Amino acid sequence: MNAILFENVSRHFGNVRAVDGVDLAVAEGEFFAMLGPSGSGKTTCLRLVAGFEQPTAGHIEIFGETAEGLPPYRRNVNTVFQDYALFPHLSILDNVAYGLMVKGVGRIERRRAAEEALAMVALPGYGARKPGQLSGGQRQRVALARALVNRPRVLLLDEPLGALDLKLREQMQEELKSLQKALGLTFIFVTHDQGEALAMADRVAVFHEGKVRQVGTPEDIYRRPKTRFVADFVGSSNVLSRVQCQRLGVDAPAASLRPESIVIGRPTDGQLGLTGIPIATSFLGPVNRVTLDCGGERIVALLAGGAPIPAMGESVTLAFGRHDLHVMEDAG
Amino acid sequence: MRSDRLDRAPLPLKISACLGLLFLHLPILLIFLYAFTTEEKSYRFPPPGLTLEWFAVTWNRPDVWAALTLSVKVASLATAIALVLGTLCAAAVSRAAFFGREAVSLLVILPIALPGIITGIALRSAFSMADIPFSFFTIVLGHATFCIVVVYNNAVARFRRLSGSLVEASMDLGADGFQTFRYVVLPNIATALLAGGMLAFALSFDEVIVTTFTAGQQSTLPIWMLEELIRPRQRPVTNVVAMVVVLVTLLPILAAYFLTRDGDQIAGAGK
Repeated sequence: MNAILFENVSRHFGNVRAVDGVDLAVAEGEFFAMLGPSGSGKTTCLRLVAGFEQPTAGHIEIFGETAEGLPPYRRNVNTVFQDYALFPHLSILDNVAYGLMVKGVGRIERRRAAEEALAMVALPGYGARKPGQLSGGQRQRVALARALVNRPRVLLLDEPLGALDLKLREQMQEELKSLQKALGLTFIFVTHDQGEALAMADRVAVFHEGKVRQVGTPEDIYRRPKTRFVADFVGSSNVLSRVQCQRLGVDAPAASLRPESIVIGRPTDGQLGLTGIPIATSFLGPVNRVTLDCGGERIVALLAGGAPIPAMGESVTLAFGRHDLHVMEDAG
Repeated sequence: MRSDRLDRAPLPLKISACLGLLFLHLPILLIFLYAFTTEEKSYRFPPPGLTLEWFAVTWNRPDVWAALTLSVKVASLATAIALVLGTLCAAAVSRAAFFGREAVSLLVILPIALPGIITGIALRSAFSMADIPFSFFTIVLGHATFCIVVVYNNAVARFRRLSGSLVEASMDLGADGFQTFRYVVLPNIATALLAGGMLAFALSFDEVIVTTFTAGQQSTLPIWMLEELIRPRQRPVTNVVAMVVVLVTLLPILAAYFLTRDGDQIAGAGK
């Protein structure tokens, strides 16, 4: 059964089409990422699931049940907010037990459940503190415990790692992923960080201007982008124009070519070749980035650390596998 | 070397600051002093002698008790009305975006910006036109007009600092609107409401102008004092009552100041 189903859902704010005719199906137990730049409609979609927004048009189902008109407190979904939204006047334990308290669960029972949830997010014994006394990462875990203690069928996460520093973010990515697998819950995760989406999600939906441009596994999205936007947004790709494609003997409106699939040298069997003039290089640690001018179009190549760097201004031949050149439906 | 900061104020500035403070507060101290004078008809300086007998006299005057009770009743009811309406209005203005929001905000604040005499005349003619007899309730209505403003201003400032996602988080966790108000909104705005309520009470308690226009035969404490000044008999009684009024209004204002001093201005405190 689908955990979440969107059928041609739109949400307009005046003239702004925040969400514009979105179709989505999220399977039960799936880790689903909504990826897109700010203002692309991904957060509004999340709020439509949570019930903070109602669709202007279209139909939403949560586990087969119509969601339109249901207030947030009648939906079996819980949200981890971007700013965590912990109640500043309550202790950590009361924050976590809040959902149980308003449902009328007894004091002893909800204390036990809240302490269990705090232990699950590796914060045992923090119950007596106030949110203001915790670090960002700890607050994030409390927000997670507060949502999970209600045993939701779907957990919504709105950029939950955005406020954390890099190291903590990578650690939390792994923890969230293993927590999701252990609980078998459906997670819907909103992020503008393509690396995060690719690393964590089972499937990714790429949002742009209120529309879903592509849905697929991280590998699908990365290797086979359907549009220039997806190719560009998910791990900056080279987008080859129709003219460039024709030079390579391919008839397509546009094609994407990942920078890391390019090598310097003559094309062998099953490979395609282009000539270009290196115009800039930079050292990125594990790889070198070389920018080349190929007949007026810029192509970026990421060369492995050991490979020789071509001299500036001297024409070289680039080679890449035929299957690395991914033909796209449209140039837009 | 000269230090960057001037730590010491020059002497003339100190003297003028002291004079300014004396000018503000010496008359109040004089009122306190004459509550203890042995002379009852006219005030001479220095007082011929000191006595506590006026406290006993005041205690036994039924008109003082009637005025005091009326003032406390009016202030309590006006504050209660202001707390409900002011909070609702502040919630609407700070939570929702709607056409005319700024205009509503201005219209709510207007009664405190307008001279009290305008509010008084306007209310009086409105009550006469609607054939509403002047009574306890017309005084309360008159006072509520400016009490709402102080509650509104305090509440609106707090609502702005209250993150909107707290309310959403509460709903998300299964709390309906009432539970969200009871467990999340109210605890977070409580001190602002307490401060606003105390100021409203203090404003209502010593209000004269609007009261003269909206009261019937009753006199609130300030009105009673005004009448009393004309009578040459037992004048120190007025001073005793004045002392009580100063204490009754000062304490809540001090409390309100300490409750809200972290950031929020107590708007309207100057009326």
